[in-house]
Amino acid sequence: MAQIFHPSTNTISRVSIAGVVLALGAFALVGGSLQRSPYATAVGVPREQPVPFSHKHHVAGLGIDCRYCHTSVEVSSFAGMPPTATCMNCHRQIWSQSPTLEPVRESFRTGRPLRWTRVHDLADFVYFDHSIHVNKGVGCASCHGRVDEMPLMWREATLQMDWCLDCHRHPERHLRPREHVFDMRWQPDEDQASLGRRLAEEYRIMNAAQLTSCDTCHR
Amino acid sequence: MSDAPGGKLWWRSLEEAADGPELAALLARQYPSQAEAWIDPLRRRDFLRLMAASLALGGLASCSSQPREEIVPYVHAPENLVPGKPLFYATALALGGLGTGVLVESHLGRPTKVEGNPLHPASLGATDVFAQAAVLGLYDPDRSQALTYVGAIRPWSEFLAVLRSARGVARARRGAGLRILTETVTSPTLAAELAAVLHDFPEARWHQWEPAGRDTARAGARLAFGEDADTRYALADADVIVALDADFLGCGPAHLRSVREFAARRRPDGRGMNRLYVVESGLTPTGARADHRLPCRAGEVEDVARALAAALGVAGAGGAPPAADARWVAAVARDLAAHRGRSAVIPGEQQPAVVHALAHAINAALGNVGKTVVHTAPVEARPEDQLASLRALTADMDAGRVELLLVLGGNPVYTAPADVPFAAALAKVPLRVHLGLYADETAELCHWHVPEAHPLEAWGDVRAYDGTVTIQQPLIAPLYGGRSALELLAAFGERPERGGREIVREHWQGARPGADFEAAWRRWLHDGVVPGTALAPKTVAVRPDVLRAAPRAAGAGLEVVFRPDPTLHDGRFANNAWLEELPKPITSVTWDNPVLLGPAAAERLGVASEDEVELEHGGRKVRAPVFVVPGHADGSLTVLLGHGRRRAGRVGTGVGFDAYGLRTADAPWIADGVTLRRTGRRRPLATVQHHHRMEGRDVVRTLTVGEHEAHAEPEVSLYPSVAYPGHRWGMAIDLSTCVGCNACVVACQAENNVPVVGRTEVLRGREMHWLRVDSYHAGESANPETHFMPVPCMQCENAPCEVVCPVEATVHSAEGLNDMVYNRCVGTRYCSNNCPYKVRRFNFFQYADWETESLVALRNPDVSVRSRGVMEKCTYCVQRITHARIRAEEESRPIRDGELVTACQQACPAEAIVFGDLNDPQSRVVKLKAEARSYALLEELNTRPRTTYLAAVKNPNPELAT
Repeated sequence: MAQIFHPSTNTISRVSIAGVVLALGAFALVGGSLQRSPYATAVGVPREQPVPFSHKHHVAGLGIDCRYCHTSVEVSSFAGMPPTATCMNCHRQIWSQSPTLEPVRESFRTGRPLRWTRVHDLADFVYFDHSIHVNKGVGCASCHGRVDEMPLMWREATLQMDWCLDCHRHPERHLRPREHVFDMRWQPDEDQASLGRRLAEEYRIMNAAQLTSCDTCHR
Repeated sequence: MSDAPGGKLWWRSLEEAADGPELAALLARQYPSQAEAWIDPLRRRDFLRLMAASLALGGLASCSSQPREEIVPYVHAPENLVPGKPLFYATALALGGLGTGVLVESHLGRPTKVEGNPLHPASLGATDVFAQAAVLGLYDPDRSQALTYVGAIRPWSEFLAVLRSARGVARARRGAGLRILTETVTSPTLAAELAAVLHDFPEARWHQWEPAGRDTARAGARLAFGEDADTRYALADADVIVALDADFLGCGPAHLRSVREFAARRRPDGRGMNRLYVVESGLTPTGARADHRLPCRAGEVEDVARALAAALGVAGAGGAPPAADARWVAAVARDLAAHRGRSAVIPGEQQPAVVHALAHAINAALGNVGKTVVHTAPVEARPEDQLASLRALTADMDAGRVELLLVLGGNPVYTAPADVPFAAALAKVPLRVHLGLYADETAELCHWHVPEAHPLEAWGDVRAYDGTVTIQQPLIAPLYGGRSALELLAAFGERPERGGREIVREHWQGARPGADFEAAWRRWLHDGVVPGTALAPKTVAVRPDVLRAAPRAAGAGLEVVFRPDPTLHDGRFANNAWLEELPKPITSVTWDNPVLLGPAAAERLGVASEDEVELEHGGRKVRAPVFVVPGHADGSLTVLLGHGRRRAGRVGTGVGFDAYGLRTADAPWIADGVTLRRTGRRRPLATVQHHHRMEGRDVVRTLTVGEHEAHAEPEVSLYPSVAYPGHRWGMAIDLSTCVGCNACVVACQAENNVPVVGRTEVLRGREMHWLRVDSYHAGESANPETHFMPVPCMQCENAPCEVVCPVEATVHSAEGLNDMVYNRCVGTRYCSNNCPYKVRRFNFFQYADWETESLVALRNPDVSVRSRGVMEKCTYCVQRITHARIRAEEESRPIRDGELVTACQQACPAEAIVFGDLNDPQSRVVKLKAEARSYALLEELNTRPRTTYLAAVKNPNPELAT
């Protein structure tokens, strides 16, 4: 019986097997890094807003507390976005003619709200609650980064599930005393590990099994 | 069918009781999934090809980055509103003119959920199916959205001009030719407005028409007392209750309160059990809860009532019960006589006036009046014979005596009795104005149609069954610019541009003047009740000659009994998909209204369930499928009003048949001499009775009072037991008190964004309700014992669903909840197949409506909306658990027992569902589970369910034991 396969078939088969393995590997590598890249996560990408609001100026420069604008952060799941009226508390006096602030004045005049682009946008099947995090000693900066150094707002964390779980598995690594939650510049005076353990006990932080139960974040 | 150790054979339908080839055929049709696979031309290879393609497309679709999302803050933030925290407002929803107090949950101005108002006497914190479904009614995209003149959209100003000029004409004629037609009015403000109009226009007339109204009760009171009076019952103090064809637990003026008071006396602990006797034609929830039930033709209830009255010494009652019932009646009479002052006889609203009069006379003879039975002045602003009122209006219209007709709510063209030619007479009125939520059958025949504001959009006031007033406040501005009846009538009055709030406030300022009015007003709005408005008991005497009227003539042939539909009422909820798809109690029929009849009658007439028949009464014919119901009296048919709408909307048009087509003015509730003829056709019914069967196991357990069941020892497991040191959530469901009203099912649907699937999908067994209420029967099919069993997810500790999931989409939480992770689910449905309780529901299609804009606002923002291909099931309202946990953690305290209730528990009027922490020894749920009658469903499977049941307890009369 004549030979069915040409001798080169051996090489072709070897190359193609290796090629498939490599291609799959490369695909996984590219896909994986794409998934974690700022392209997908938007980490470090400043978002365009109707008014180029600078947290750096308002927080670091003027020393305004987070809660002056984000009023419901201690009591509600939603931290709260300031109504136009809050902006106008100051801006009817200062920079009251600035062209940059025209959208704010227009909103105040017409009663039409400003439409901000959400920077920290969780998937809709995730139910995050600001109040419990703030009340249990998780600082604003722990998730939002050094907002006082951001002229325009961007994401500091990926907000992907492994990032959430990282803290829910080891909350002690990120806890701080409640009175420093809104302090952007806070650094632990002592070793974070021992401070975190002490605070976790004092604030009765649930254990990792409870914190990583699916229904803690998903409903 | 299940074979209980106690020896009782339980069945869910007559087919199941017979267990013949019919059942196999029925099941094959109801579970056609395999059948489809055989016939489907799609072969395995095609299937794989399609799967691969969809996988690739799905993968590509996930490669996009997150879409941009906006945050839109307020310009001026409203006071007291914290984004992310719902607010609750007290208001009331009316049905048949009577209000039920509710608290409505509002998320950033969107009403999403209705709860009962614990301060309101008719609610006591509970709700019925209609209140639960009110939010869907509000957001219904088929509501009329524009003011129209013969179909063309017109501005309000133009309508106002027409109305003002009509007013001028009417004024000149002292109101002659002006007619106003409303539904039953109890609202003090509306009554005052109507009185003002009638004062200004002395020749004008105001008519009321409520198709499922209380004419017989009113006539009965006039017959018994010679004056108008309302009757209410204090069932908490009643040891013996006799219902004369009265479904007082299922519907009626104060049914939520009745259920609460009745249920409180159905637990073997506590104050001693009451005993309930029911005589009725069709099997109702009340009949199912009876300790002794006597099925008899609705027309013969009068005979039983007369015999009962005679046995209790009511003069002139006369009459003897049918011989077969004599022993029953004698035993009931003795039991009643032994409980003088501690019993109650309740007449049904479908029964003629004489039965009401008999009940009043019996209650008076037993000394119940002032104790368990309280008479008051009527709650209605103007009690009248509404049928006579409608007929008078029709005659006037027909004679051309009506120039202007204002129809303020209601749908009389559809609901008028078949022999009252309302529609034809209406056409002779030169100017016809209709105010309604929908552009319905009546709107079609009127010149002007004004969209009505939904009760959740409008100011108003309404009285409860005992007279207590609630000021109704809007939760949202009218979505489609609707007006309330108050506003429309004001537009016809002296000052046309007053808003609803101003009208109601002015009325109450006049009624309750004082310097502190503002504070009182705010208090009334906050509490949802106006204190001191309940009607005081009124002394009325039964006239001695009350029963002189000759006993009725014996009915001939088949009788047909008309009842308001348990989910659509008189048809006003026909376009509410939650209510259309809600299984009706006992029959579990959805999306239809078959003719109900008993097994004996079915055999004699040669019909079976789903056979189409033609009913004829007085020359009028309707065609409908039949449904054979166990326990339905022989010789009697029941038809449900409210279906067969021609212009209900996309959901309700053409569903079922129009029973109003058979209903005549001389026999509005019970009609004799009906003929039934088979047409030979079959009409499949979307009944969920056979869905989710638990195949021949010990499901329902019952005891009689004094009996105790030994607690089963927990089975041994091969797996190590898991400790739950924190909370351990559990639920106890009391089968003794559940009346099968289904309020829990709609409450769950509203709370958890459960979609509607439609009739075709229900026929395939794909309904999505997370909670179902099964009914089980035992004994003879002519008069079985019936129990209801609500079945949510059991939240098993050894959950069979979890071990078969290949992607860990269903896993246990640290508190022992069986979590469902939608985003992991790939839709294998293994979990559902392995669930012995059949509580898992699969989204075979994209059931959740993401397209219709108004429905987006309806959703509970705290619960994920599921997509196609995802399994879902009861979560124990995990969003409520999470909120309670966060609140408690922030306040550094444990979660208090009772602070956290599930949606089903909150709605339940019987308090049959109790949820709590099994690790808290003081919690109610722990105490209930410690009772001897507590048992786990399918205990032998050792799934260790967190949801357990309390066996139903009956309190039979020893005299009737055999």
